[in-house]
Amino acid sequence: MTQFISLFQASIVFGTVILFGAVGEILTEKSGNLNLGVPGIMYLGSIASLIGVFYYERYVENPIPIVCILIALVCAVIASMLGGLLFSFMTITLRCNQNVMGLAFNIFAGGFANFYGGSLNKLAGGVGQINVLATSAAFRTKIPNYRSLGPIGELFFSYGFLVYLAIFLAFAVSWFLNRTSVGLNLRSVGENPATADAAGINVTKYKYLSTCVGAAISGLGGLYYVMDYMKGTWDSDGSIEGLGWLAVALVIFASWKAPRAIWGSYLFGMLSWAYFYIPGLTRSSQEIFKMLPYIVTVLVLIFVAYQHKPDNQPPNALGLPYFREER
Amino acid sequence: MGKEPYLETNVTIRMVDITKRFAEVVANKNINLEIRSGEILALLGENGSGKTTLMNMLSGIYMQDSGSIYVKGEHVTIRDPRDAFDLHIGMIHQHFKLVEVLTAAENIVLGLNETRLVDLKNVREQVAKICDRYGFVVEPDKKVYDMSVSEKQTLEIVKVLYRGADILILDEPTAVLTPQETDKLFVVMRNMKADGKSIVIITHKLHEVMEISDRVAVLRKGEYIGDVPTSETDPQKLTDMMVGRAVTLNIDRPEPVDPKESLVVKNLTVKDINGVTKLDNVSFTAYTGEILGIAGISGCGQKELLEAVAGLHKLEKGSSIMFYPRGDRDQGEDLAGQTPIDIKHKGVHLAFVPEDRLGMGLVGNMNIPDNLMLKCYDQGRSPFTNRKKPREQAIQIIRDLEVVTPGLRTPVRRLSGGNVQKILVGREIASDPYLLMTAYAVRGLDINTSYTIYRLLNDQKKKGTAVIYVGEDLDVLLELCDRILVLCSGRVSGIVDGKTARKEEVGLLMTSFKEETA
Repeated sequence: MTQFISLFQASIVFGTVILFGAVGEILTEKSGNLNLGVPGIMYLGSIASLIGVFYYERYVENPIPIVCILIALVCAVIASMLGGLLFSFMTITLRCNQNVMGLAFNIFAGGFANFYGGSLNKLAGGVGQINVLATSAAFRTKIPNYRSLGPIGELFFSYGFLVYLAIFLAFAVSWFLNRTSVGLNLRSVGENPATADAAGINVTKYKYLSTCVGAAISGLGGLYYVMDYMKGTWDSDGSIEGLGWLAVALVIFASWKAPRAIWGSYLFGMLSWAYFYIPGLTRSSQEIFKMLPYIVTVLVLIFVAYQHKPDNQPPNALGLPYFREER
Repeated sequence: MGKEPYLETNVTIRMVDITKRFAEVVANKNINLEIRSGEILALLGENGSGKTTLMNMLSGIYMQDSGSIYVKGEHVTIRDPRDAFDLHIGMIHQHFKLVEVLTAAENIVLGLNETRLVDLKNVREQVAKICDRYGFVVEPDKKVYDMSVSEKQTLEIVKVLYRGADILILDEPTAVLTPQETDKLFVVMRNMKADGKSIVIITHKLHEVMEISDRVAVLRKGEYIGDVPTSETDPQKLTDMMVGRAVTLNIDRPEPVDPKESLVVKNLTVKDINGVTKLDNVSFTAYTGEILGIAGISGCGQKELLEAVAGLHKLEKGSSIMFYPRGDRDQGEDLAGQTPIDIKHKGVHLAFVPEDRLGMGLVGNMNIPDNLMLKCYDQGRSPFTNRKKPREQAIQIIRDLEVVTPGLRTPVRRLSGGNVQKILVGREIASDPYLLMTAYAVRGLDINTSYTIYRLLNDQKKKGTAVIYVGEDLDVLLELCDRILVLCSGRVSGIVDGKTARKEEVGLLMTSFKEETA
């Protein structure tokens, strides 16, 4: 039982990182913009929040938890939105190839984040490891008395607030896309920009906004990673990039539906941690288990392709630049 | 925004002196057109006569270069589709503007307001009202991808009406419909007319014009020929207006020397992926040393015919395509069922110039020799490419066809359209085929280049090649070709002698199928 609870908790923590990434990317891709820069966006969100609270904790004697949280959130959102804005400008205004731009963006953001992460570790002095204790603790504050609920409390209420925010955002994005007029217009932009344009929808505006807001949500994944998963430390081993790619895979797994991404992310988490709980694995056979999320994604892709149901397909104009016909 | 000087009460739209150019091509030249309320106006003309362009200026897709548009007496400027909506003008394009994964109702409200939640209940009621009024059937919750073509078209019309259109423009609405669906559409059109709406139907089908319209306006090569009440005209008169008097072009037409049967097509039937019959029992013979012209309205099966011969289509049972290289009866072979590459090796070459020229045949980012190599990639003996021969060939084509290019290394997409086309046609000719098929070889070319292409085709003809020439311009067909096969809705409506045929005769064959000539 304790084994299961611990696996379940690990899956949720792991899943939340990629859930943020995937929900943001779903919003972006629904506008027809394929932002492969999710790992990069998550890098930016994580390093920006870390820098922000590092200085706050350094210069204030007794950091106030709520201020820590606000600073981290604002820094992460602004940095990842700027990343989204750069991507939008390159791909929508200058019409660069979206794939190339996304990949290049990851290289840029990875270098950027690790450079400043290394600097922070140096600035932190001591053992050469930055640690924003107060903020991390604030983010990991759990619901009081959750233990009184027994296993239920352990399973469902033993997390920081970002876990619940991720679930809320997934439902909110889904509601926005399917129930509001703006969401309807946004979907039409991603499906058939020419039709949207003819219906009087400002295609460029929609693409910019959904890419930037989507990036902001994805960036929260980076924030959660550094504050909760890594407990307020920085490690330049690139594991955040792997998680970012997993978020991109999750978008496909969820067939562009945010609520599906919720359980999908926890499933990915479970698959990723499974090796830890299976006795008798060697180091090398562990690695095989880490492939599971990708294998599942491939299987889902094959299944969806066979199924031929248009509702489960990617947005029709995904990855294509839109040119209004020359007049 | 002045008032129009000579205002007639029932005129909803008046287009005055409208001219529209695309680069050097004049699509519309000083056109004056009136659309009246409560009438169905048929806009008639051959392909490329400028019908759609003219109407696109009303729907906000294009803006006129000169001339003015008056709507209900007010001078207006229509910048984009939004402006057209505001003037109650709605156009149903040939290519539907619908989002496939959305439902009918969602498509209807698309882009209408950005503040509210989607209120589909209200939309459903409104749609039901419109449907009751005009006799439509629309299921508001059906996804577009589940709809038939006819349902999609209905949805487009309802969408336009929902947005309050009083003036409806339908661009070749019947092209995609079955006869039964067409009848239903006509019923709806009459209901809308009775409701006081103005309707413009763009078409080149004469019988539909006679059946549905109150008045016919005819365009020919971008010019306005005139308009007549439908009750005072007949198909023959309309054809004359549509094709005009024959123009003399002085294209050389050498006598065929020793013609022998080269391609004998019998009962060729081809269906597209949707099971729609594209070619229906087509039979004809092409001779060596002769140019066989193929005439027809676009989409009547010319493309499918050439592709079927080239092996790009699955043929229905009973089709046979016998091919005799150089007219040699002993080497005769049935091309049906053979792969395109085998057919090509037998000396059957196809040069198809698509609307965008590059789409099929050439790779835009590659240079001339590399594009020539595309056709002989399977002839190499070693894993390395041999650039020497294609280079020589390229130099020869550039010299012979007067291709203007900065150099051999220039990617072909950087060349002008005419030069791209010369390479495309030149490549097929350079390989000395036994049967050369060209489609729209002079599409969009200037006169001099066109004559170069005619000369090349004639050179091939003199060599004893069987040439099939699909063209849009009847005048050219009549002067270049020895015989002309006329297609109408996938069937052969006649084969006429190029030397004696009259233009009106071919025009009539193109638009109406006559059983006795089949």
